[in-house]
Order: sequence, then C-alpha cells, then structure tokens
Amino acid sequence: MIELVVNGRSYREQAEPRLLLSDFLRHTLGLTGTHVGCEHGVCGACTVRVDGVAVRSCLLLAVQTDGCTIETVEGLAVDGELNALQRAFRQCHALQCGFCTPGILMAASQLLEGPPPSRAEIADMLSGHLCRCTGYEPIVEAIARVAGT
Amino acid sequence: MKPAAFEYERPSSVDEAVAALGRDGAKVLAGGQSLVPALNMRVIRPERLVDINRVFDLDNVAETDGALAVGALVRQADPRLRRHPLLAQALPHVGHYVTRNRGTACGSLAHADAAAELPLCLLLCGGSVVAASARGRREIAASELFVGPYTTTLEPDELVVESRWPLDGWTFAFEELAQRHGDYALCIAAAARRGDERRIAVGAVTPAPALLDVDSERPGESAAEQVEPWGNLHASSAYQRQLVHVLVDRAVARLA
Amino acid sequence: MGVAVGEKTWVGRAIERLEDEPLLRGEGRFMDDLDPVPNARHAAILRSPLAHARIVRLDASRALGHPGVVGVLTGADVVAMSRPFPVGVEDTRPYYAAAHETARYAGEPVAVAVARDRYAAEDALELIDVEYEPLEPVLDAEHGEVVSDRSFSYGDPGGAVAAADLVVSGRFPFPRWSGVPLECYGVVADWNGATGVLTAWANFQGPFTLHSVAAAALRLPGARFRLITPPDSGGSFGIKAAVYVYVVLMGLASRKLGVPVRWTEDRLEHLAASSASTARITDVEAAFAADGELLALRYDVFEDVGAYARAPEPATLYRMHGSLSGAYRVRNVAARNRVVLTNRCPTALNRGFGGPQLYFAIERAMDLAAGRLGLDPADLRRRNLIGADEFPYRTPSGGLYDSGDYEACLDEALELSRYRERRAEQASARADGRLYGVGVACVVEPSISNMGYITLAQTPDERAAGLPKSGNAEGATVAISPLGGITVRVATTPQGQGHRTVCAQIVADALGVSPADVEVVTEVDTSTSAWTVASGNYSSRFSGVGAGAVYLAAQKVAAKMQAIRDHLGDDSLSLRRVAGIAHWNPDALPPGVEPGLHETAFYAAPNLAPPDDDDRVASSAAHGFICDVAVVEVEQDTGRVRVLDYTTVHDAGRLLNPALVDGQVRGGFAHGAGAALFERIVYDDEGNLLTSSFMDYLCPTAPDLPPLRIGHRETPSPFTPLGAKGLGEGNTMSVPVAIANAVADALGVEEIDLPLTPGRVWELLQR
Repeated sequence: MIELVVNGRSYREQAEPRLLLSDFLRHTLGLTGTHVGCEHGVCGACTVRVDGVAVRSCLLLAVQTDGCTIETVEGLAVDGELNALQRAFRQCHALQCGFCTPGILMAASQLLEGPPPSRAEIADMLSGHLCRCTGYEPIVEAIARVAGT
Repeated sequence: MKPAAFEYERPSSVDEAVAALGRDGAKVLAGGQSLVPALNMRVIRPERLVDINRVFDLDNVAETDGALAVGALVRQADPRLRRHPLLAQALPHVGHYVTRNRGTACGSLAHADAAAELPLCLLLCGGSVVAASARGRREIAASELFVGPYTTTLEPDELVVESRWPLDGWTFAFEELAQRHGDYALCIAAAARRGDERRIAVGAVTPAPALLDVDSERPGESAAEQVEPWGNLHASSAYQRQLVHVLVDRAVARLA
Repeated sequence: MGVAVGEKTWVGRAIERLEDEPLLRGEGRFMDDLDPVPNARHAAILRSPLAHARIVRLDASRALGHPGVVGVLTGADVVAMSRPFPVGVEDTRPYYAAAHETARYAGEPVAVAVARDRYAAEDALELIDVEYEPLEPVLDAEHGEVVSDRSFSYGDPGGAVAAADLVVSGRFPFPRWSGVPLECYGVVADWNGATGVLTAWANFQGPFTLHSVAAAALRLPGARFRLITPPDSGGSFGIKAAVYVYVVLMGLASRKLGVPVRWTEDRLEHLAASSASTARITDVEAAFAADGELLALRYDVFEDVGAYARAPEPATLYRMHGSLSGAYRVRNVAARNRVVLTNRCPTALNRGFGGPQLYFAIERAMDLAAGRLGLDPADLRRRNLIGADEFPYRTPSGGLYDSGDYEACLDEALELSRYRERRAEQASARADGRLYGVGVACVVEPSISNMGYITLAQTPDERAAGLPKSGNAEGATVAISPLGGITVRVATTPQGQGHRTVCAQIVADALGVSPADVEVVTEVDTSTSAWTVASGNYSSRFSGVGAGAVYLAAQKVAAKMQAIRDHLGDDSLSLRRVAGIAHWNPDALPPGVEPGLHETAFYAAPNLAPPDDDDRVASSAAHGFICDVAVVEVEQDTGRVRVLDYTTVHDAGRLLNPALVDGQVRGGFAHGAGAALFERIVYDDEGNLLTSSFMDYLCPTAPDLPPLRIGHRETPSPFTPLGAKGLGEGNTMSVPVAIANAVADALGVEEIDLPLTPGRVWELLQR
C-alpha cells in the first residue's frame, strides 16, 4: 500500500513492487496524460516531477514514491487555464501529435524554475526528449519565449 | 517490457542495506537509470531489489584529504559535484538533464558501462570507492575496480557507499565524441597534469577504461598504438583507434 | 476553381490549432488511454528469436497453468482460424498474422499469451516452450527470392544511351529506416461470438484498402469487421498502416479465448516487428549530351520488402512510378523492378514512400554528371527542369504533373542560400585544406496516390484479367444540429497534422462562422463513417482530397441553407434559425428538400485512371516541388559532418494554414536528416536486429539538427478543389540526397551511402 500526493490530491493505492510508476499513474490512477514511449529511459515521454524533480516515470517503481509529491501534465493548468508555457507551445506550434509533449512540459517546467536558460541550454535539456513530428525548433522557441531569452 | 517479479526492500541504514544484500539474488537499486531498463527488458531478473534511496546519510559531498568524497546517493545533477574540475567537464556528457536528476555518481561507477564517463574520470584522477558489506568496509582503488564491461571487483553483497575523487593540484581536460549529444561515447579521452606528473586515460574503446603511458612528443599517436579497440555497431576498431589518437591529442593540447 | 484566399477567409491563415488544448492538458485520447470495452485482458506476444527457423514444437501447457493467464493463441491456431493475407504479388509463401511452421524474421509473432495484465502476460511468455531448428537466413537483397520482376520502357532509352556524350552509371543504395513514431501500435479486439462481428480499436492510419485485406484474412465480410480509430494518434509517418496485421492477430485471440483482448506494443517490439521502409539498391544509367541535357534514365532496382511482400507492397516501388523522370524533361526512361524477400521485418508505408530511394538515385546521378561535364550542379539541373509553360506535364511513365514553376523555386533556393557566395567560401576553404561542400536537390513531391498504381506489379494481360483499380476518393460529412452546432466528420485519421483545424477553417469560410464554432471528428468507425478504400492518412492526401471532400460537403450545406432562405424570402435568417427550421419545421422547407442539415460528399481526385496497356499511370493527382541547398563541412580527423546551413524552398500549391505547413516541412526535414546522418536499421549476419532499442537506433534530438531556412512559393493545383497540393513527405525525399551531395562534394568522392555517421565518413576518407 502506498500513499502519495499527485497534482495536489492524495491517493492511497496498492502497488506490487514491480509496477512501474508510469503504469501506476496511467492505469491505477487513471492519469493518462503521462505517455509511455520506450520503457528504457531514452524518449522522455514519461517524464513527471517527483518532489519537484523531473524524472523518468518508466524508470521508477511506484513503491519508491510512497510519501512523495508528484506533478504530472494534468496539474499544469492554473485555475483551469493553460499556463504560460502551455500557451507558448500553442502559439509556437510546438506540438503536432502531442505524444512527447507532456514529458517535455514537465522537464521544461523544472528548467524554467532556475535561471533563465539560453537556447543552447534549452536544446541541451531537450536532447533527452525525442520528438518525431516538429523538428524541435518550435519547442525551443516556445520555451525560450517563456524564459525571455 | 515489464520486469519479472522481485521482492522489494527499502532499508533506512547502511547496516540494514548490507544485511539485505547479504541474501542471495539481491541487487542494489540507487538511481535506477541503468538498472530499471535492464529490469524492464528482463535481461536481469534479481530475486530482490534493495532500494537504498531512503538510506540515511548517503548524500554528503565533502572535501577531505585533497579529494572530493561523494556519498552513494549524490545525484549526477548535484551542483556540488562540479567542485571537481574533471567532473565539471565530464558531467554535461553524462546522460541527459532528466536522467542526471536521478542517476547517481556512485551508481555509474558500480554499473561500470565501458562507454560511461564517470568510471574513466575516477581512474584518471586516481580515485577509489568505499564498499560496505556485512564484513565491514574496504576501499578499492579505481585501478583495481573496473575489469570489464559491466564488471567490477565488487562482491555481489557489497554496496558502494562513497566514492573519492582526488583533485588537489590537478588540472584536467576531458574530450568525448558521441554521435548524438548525451549518447554513450564512441571514444573518451581525458588528460590530467600536476606539476610534472601527467596522466592519460581512454574509455569506450576497450572493455574497461585504461590509463596509458604516452610519448609526450606524440601523445595521441602513441596512445593509439597501445589500445586494441573492440569496435561496435557505431564505430569500427580502426575508427576507434583514430579517435583515441585525435582525442588524446586534443586533451593534451588543452592542458599544455 | 477553389476558394479565393485573402484576408477575409480563414483558409490560408496561420491560426492556432484546435487540437492543442486537450493535448497540452494531457487530455489526449490515444489508443492506450482508451478503455472501449469492459473486461479486456492483456496480450503479450512471443516472438521468434531467429531470422529463419523451423518451428519444431510449441508447448504452451506451462503457461496455461499459470495464475492470471486466460489462454494462449498459437501459430497453429492462427492458420486454422484465418486465411493468408492477400498480397500484392503472387507469393510462394502464405503470410499469416503469426508464424506456424516457419519463422521468417527475428521478431515474427509465434504465439500470444493473454492474462489479467501485461506483467502477467509477459510472465506467461516465459512459460511457453518452443523448439526451433535454425535455417539459413537470406539477408542479401541481390540473392533474395524474387517475387516480382517487371520491366518498363518509355521512349527509346537504348537509343538515347547509345547516342549520348556521357553515360554516368552508379549504384545508389538506400538503407532500411523508419519514421519511428513515439507512440507504438495499440489494439483492442472484441469478438462477439453471438453476432460474428469483430469490433477492433487500433491506431490505424489507412489506407483502408487494408481493412479489406484484414477482413479477408479473418474470413469476415467487411461489414462484420468494425474497425475504429481513436481520437488521437501519437505519430505514424506511414508505420501504423501495418497495424492491421496485429488487429487480425488480436481478433483471433479474442475469438479463441472469448474475451476482449488489448495489446499495447512496446518499443522493442516496435523496432523489431512493426514495419519499416524498404531498403533499395538502385543501379542507374544516366545519359547526357555534352551540354548537360539529360537524355535517358535507366534503373535496375532490387527492392527488399523483408520476409513477406505484405500488402500494400510493392507499393513503395510503384508509388513513384509516374515520377521516374523526376523534375526533368527527359523522355527516355527504363526501369527493371525486382521485388525481393529477405529474412527481415516486412516493410510497408514510411514517410516519403519510395521518394527518398528514387531521388537518392536521380539526384546523385545528376551530381556525378555535373562533375564529369564540368558544370555547376545547379546549372545542370536548371538545364533540365520542366518549364513553367509545360504544365500540366505528362511524364513518359504516365505521371501528370499539375502545375509548378520549378526554375523559380531553384532561383529562390539559390538566392536564399546565397549559393554563389557559398561556392566562393568553398574555394577558399579548399585552399586551406578544409572539406567544405555544397549539395543541391530538386524533387517533385507527389501527393494523393492513385490506388491503381499497385497493379503495375502485374502485366497488362494480368490486369485485364482482373478488376481495374484507380482513383483516390474521400468522404466527409458536415452536419448542423437543431441548436446550430456544426459537426464535421472526415476519415483522414490524422496523427498530428492538424486536420481538425484545417477542416474547421474550410467549413468556417463556407458557413460564415469562426473555426472555434466547428467541431471536427476525425475518428473513423468503418460501420458509421463515410469512408472509401482510399481513406486514411498517407501520400499526403489530406490537403487535396480530404480537404476537398470537406469543402464540397460544406458547400452542400451552405447551398441548402441558402435555398431555405430563398424559399422563405428572408436572407437575414441566421445559421441557427435556419437549422432550427430544418429540424423543427420541415413543413416550411422547399418542396423535395429533406429535413435536417446533414450532407455527405465524396470527392474523387481527377485524372487518376488505371494503368494503361503500355504500363503508364498517373500515380498521383498533385505534385509539389522542392529545391534544397545544403552546405556542410567535414572534420577530417573524425569524419564528423557539420551541416552549416540548410535551405529548402517549397511549392505545395495553395497553403491552407501556413503554420501547419512549416510544421510539416520541419518534421520532414528532421526525418530526412535522420536518414542522412543517424538512422539505419541494422541486422547482423545471422539476421539478428542490432538496432533493437533507442540506445542503438539513433533518432536525432534537438542539438543534432541544423537550423533550417524555409522558403515558399505557391502555384495552385488546377486539380484539387482548394488548389492545395499535399505536403509533408517532400523533405524526406530531398534532405538525404542533398546532404549526401554536399558531403560527396566536400570529400571529392562519387560513391557515398547513408547514413553519414562520423565512423562511416571517416572510413570513406581513408579510401
């Protein structure tokens, strides 16, 4: 039995040790916004924030997050409205199929809490995320727009 | 790709952790960035996982005796690691922004991937790890630690609790060539200098990182003569030899 | 013909996408997010570890006894319960959804275990005992089994070659690669024993010819195979066309075990056993006059389709048939097309679909000729481009190029890339001993495939004995509800291309509303949607026929509404009012007019006749044009290729939404750059897949892609209702060869093949 907070809401659920956090979020909690693209930590689609830190949910066991606070893409909107980063993605056409987007939003959210990243730093962060649709440039643009760089 | 079943333990002290490791079929779970992919692919099927992420007092970084002492739970993204000039150069090449949030420096050493940056760095600076087990603790020098791909001299029931990275008086130059940013390297070369002392290490081209004695007149060429690169899908052994030549020369030139 | 585009219309504007809000909130509905039917159990697939093996024995008894396991479907079951898939060429080996006696590629399904969850299903796989007897795999395409061998000749290629001043011959191989979408295949199959109907949900992309292929395999009439696609799809790039094989496999599992079955493909499965682009070996002879006129092109092709020539192959080979002469006015063309089987994953659609392979050959040959004739490669192309006054232009192989101004595109590309200055920089770089190269590519990008082109795999006599195939049609429905809500349905199964937004723009113009007022449904349900065998998302057909059908349906609704206003003598009646009347007061309608507002239109692209008896076919309805200029420098000591500058100029006819267009160009560029520099599917000598995970199949990431400069020109198509041509694939056709041309120029070599990884380029430098 594990207890954790996800997007501000408390949960108490059974999880067998081998259950991956990605599957726990998607299928036990029904939060399907976090996507699974590879299950070996390369594509980045499954990225969420655990205690504020962006991590691959496919490389964490759900049981490891007992007592933790998790944020997923579903928690980004503020009072039901898209936040500045989400709006920038829409303005810059930074998503097409949208499958890689939640993971990138979560990693970018952490990056933007530090000093404003340069475009090179944004591209560096993005090197841990695969996108097959956009060619990345619009994504860099969207994040840079929010960073003001 | 789902793991085979295992038992899960989460000790809160090193003593509990080594007791758990003392039982058959146990494996340490630290950052998980290398272990969990292997679990998901079922290339490993440990009977139990010993999750050390809540073990007390393993996240210290301190400078002692001219070396940076790094606890087992210090993440690759931890800014304190950048106090070490070699690690400051190497860490941007280690995985990616998100994987560094979780992957640990000591975990990378214990995993001993032949193409990884941190084992080579430990070897170059003459570092060591401290391994704990039910039998006590022992320090293993880097030169005695890495013996082959994913193979160290750690016993199955030992836990790396600390790594030590000498830094006093040394300057370092780190060079890597990878196909994509953040990939495992096609070749790594790093050089170190302290006064008249010089060291060169190469990695990713042989089963374990290697310290080389090079001719100071032609460092890259002599380094390339000494290695027997093993070649892989992305780089032939001839190409790896060439990269040793080029990257050693670059590293040495930066230190001059 | 078509909508006038200007400031007052929605079409032509770069509006933000309607798709984005739910996707940004994590509220997309991708296949694995859906729970369409209760009590679904989970499947995992046991796959052959060997490229070629006899399956001597399969024993699932230990798996069946395992807790949580519902059952196992074996290859023997599949053969007993289904028919082989119909294939495009007469084949010596039947193709089933799982292997029964012989496995023919590493990763081929051998059995399916179904359990309470995926974890337990994978546990069950380990309890299925299989004994294999290894057989020798065939991996060399030139020695593979040839299942189709057809030759074509137009004009007098032999005579032209004989009379030529220069004949360039070369071998131009193109590797096997894949679009590798981020979302893998997903299927939920629910067999209803009482009604004999299979309902399946899958992130299928069409074409819906494959619905019939799957139904035939399942021994079901089409109406009893209900295929439904989810609202969102995480990319496909052609790869999700082949999911139909797994729909059949899971449908049979559901039938045997009496439970709905869900299967979500994982990444290792995807890289091994979903689909891929064909690898092609092309030997080209290109004949030139001394002044650079291209006189003849002769192709000799080995097309490696993998272990089975599964439908729709050999489409990769014939999709481009109308464009065998590329962008040039050469009239003498010959081709010998051999389709071969090797022990690798079967191929199917992939972005570019035959174009990357074809243009690699043509555009490399042009560069070789330029070098030997002492001509600038851009000038050589200019000499041969089809002229702006020659459209509509009929190619020797039957292609009908609708419109274009190729020379103006070339001029713009040369200007935007500062070509002359680049050549000057090259001269001074060379003087410094640096390896600096410039490459050009000119590509005609076909869109809206003629479904008849696949019959080129048959001889004219064989075609005459069967049913002709032709055309490309799409259906769309526009409906207005009693409260005035507007709903559009179209069967174009988008996977991120923004179809909903463009459809809303089109309907908004027709009905005088704003796009936010238009609901667009792109999920297909073969039982309830208006669809055709051509429906789906491939060959970039949306802008032409998809948008065309929506436009026509919207026009029908607009016309009916106007007829109602005219009949009532009141032009000021609002849309909502008219809808109210149509639904609530049909008595007030003009005589003969049906109640409600619900119009369906089917639009068929014109000029798409079946192949004629001389093997000529208009293989596509619309043709865009792309001209690319790549500038590279190669690091001598490491072989690393740096793309310093990349310019692409596009003509895709009328642009329906310029922001989406640029998105497609960037995405195609990323795929093309991937093929040029990073991506290749690699097997070892025993047929084991070496690029088996994302550690080894290297998709480019943000820092790996060079910056891209995009230019646009618009010559509208006279053949589509909105004047738009398809786009999205073109850069996968142009980028690999433009970069190859630049690197070859830098290195001063003639033989070059992809991908241009540092190691491979360095080896080239050593020769």
